[in-house]
Amino acid sequence: MWRWLHPYAKPEATFALTQKLIPWFAVPGLVLVIVSLVWGLAFAPPDYQQGESYRIIFVHVPSAMWAMGFYVGMAIAGVIALVWQIRTAELAILAIAPVGAMLTFISLFTGAIWGQPMWGTWWVWDARLTAQLILLFLYLGVMALYVAFEDERAGAKAASILAIVGVINIPIIHYSVYWWNTLHQKSTVTRAITRLEAPSIAPEMLWPLLVSILAMLLVCAALVLMRLNNEILRREIHRPWALQHLGIHFATADNKKEKGDADAV
Amino acid sequence: MLQANPVSAWKVFKQLIRRDIRVASRQRSDLLNPLIFLLIVVTLFPLGVGPGPDILSRIAPGVIWVSALLSSMLGLERLFRDDFRDGALEQMLLLPVPIEISVLAKIVVHWLLTAVPVLVITPLLALLMNLPIQAWGVLWLTLLLGTPVLSAAGAIGVALTVSLNKGGALLSLLLLPLLIPLLIFATAAVEAAVVGVSSAGPLALIGAFMVISITLAPFAVKAGLRVSVN
Repeated sequence: MWRWLHPYAKPEATFALTQKLIPWFAVPGLVLVIVSLVWGLAFAPPDYQQGESYRIIFVHVPSAMWAMGFYVGMAIAGVIALVWQIRTAELAILAIAPVGAMLTFISLFTGAIWGQPMWGTWWVWDARLTAQLILLFLYLGVMALYVAFEDERAGAKAASILAIVGVINIPIIHYSVYWWNTLHQKSTVTRAITRLEAPSIAPEMLWPLLVSILAMLLVCAALVLMRLNNEILRREIHRPWALQHLGIHFATADNKKEKGDADAV
Repeated sequence: MLQANPVSAWKVFKQLIRRDIRVASRQRSDLLNPLIFLLIVVTLFPLGVGPGPDILSRIAPGVIWVSALLSSMLGLERLFRDDFRDGALEQMLLLPVPIEISVLAKIVVHWLLTAVPVLVITPLLALLMNLPIQAWGVLWLTLLLGTPVLSAAGAIGVALTVSLNKGGALLSLLLLPLLIPLLIFATAAVEAAVVGVSSAGPLALIGAFMVISITLAPFAVKAGLRVSVN
């Protein structure tokens, strides 16, 4: 673990890696988003009960799923930041939190739009919905705590601790549909993949759904990497490698001015 | 407190409890204010929604629990704030015993000083809110099992925010979402008792919350204090 992690404690190395990785996430991600949306919205058959309105599943399920997934990722970054004191892991928290909060908001928003025709209400105090709302608050809390400290590294550590404590909410969200028999239905995808029970979704719907889940992961991972790159660059702006990197992109007369600005920072 | 002979953790635990109670007894208004706040908030509800006994008894569990939550937020900061300002907290972290022991002592004292008075006036609150008498026992039990969770989880929040100038608002922002499950199960238990169904299930879950938070919170508090006290 340490051997693998250790080179990336250097912001420069992480920056180089993420810079290389971004196109590998962004390009297939965007392609798959288009594929899954066209497939799901135009070609997948309508549901026998819900008709056409079920199609919001191709946005709702991926965002809800990765809202939780990115939270766990943020908490893992928090553990790394606390245990090995790696600066880039602290920046990763700052990079992940807004993306995760956005995913959570999308899942709640699409859920409300879906709930209106199906359940006849925008919002119910169902266990799954409430737990997801708590997740949104947790993301906001992590962000607020991060910026509340004057010393940025102290803020990062405090946010790491909060992120780790908040992990307790993740199993609650996942099992809420099994523990409480309320309005939200049980997980279709988990049942279909693990095959513990007969899949309750037709393969013509399942495949575009799986593609949309993958697409959401790739796009959001690319967003996180871009944000991470920005955060690294902002803090390392006075370092020669960062200037060199910027110089490549702004190889004009502005170069000198860039350097002057950076020195002022 | 610090003697030449080896320090036993149990002795330090007892000493800290004694010291904190003594310190608190010299600032009684700090202890009384949240309690008065709780009483006033509960009194506001009959005035706000109208004094109809049916409505009151239906919303009683939620009102009493939400008020208890809010009033506990009010007194939470003094868990570490004064010790942080006068440097006693730093000394506490330097004690030659595990920090978790000292943290646990802090949590126990906070519970004794803030939750026990609430437990004492609970029958009064239930009476004011016209809660059916068969649910009084369950309400009291939910508060008995739930208030340690408030103190333990609250300690995490305070440890993280104690060094901030405007930590108070942030503290509620961080803690209240984490306490929502507690609120849900507590009111579910009382409502079950009101209609005469067994409330053993939600009570058992609150008990589990209590055990988990008391055993695990000291570790998170320690990490938080290390961030706040440089």
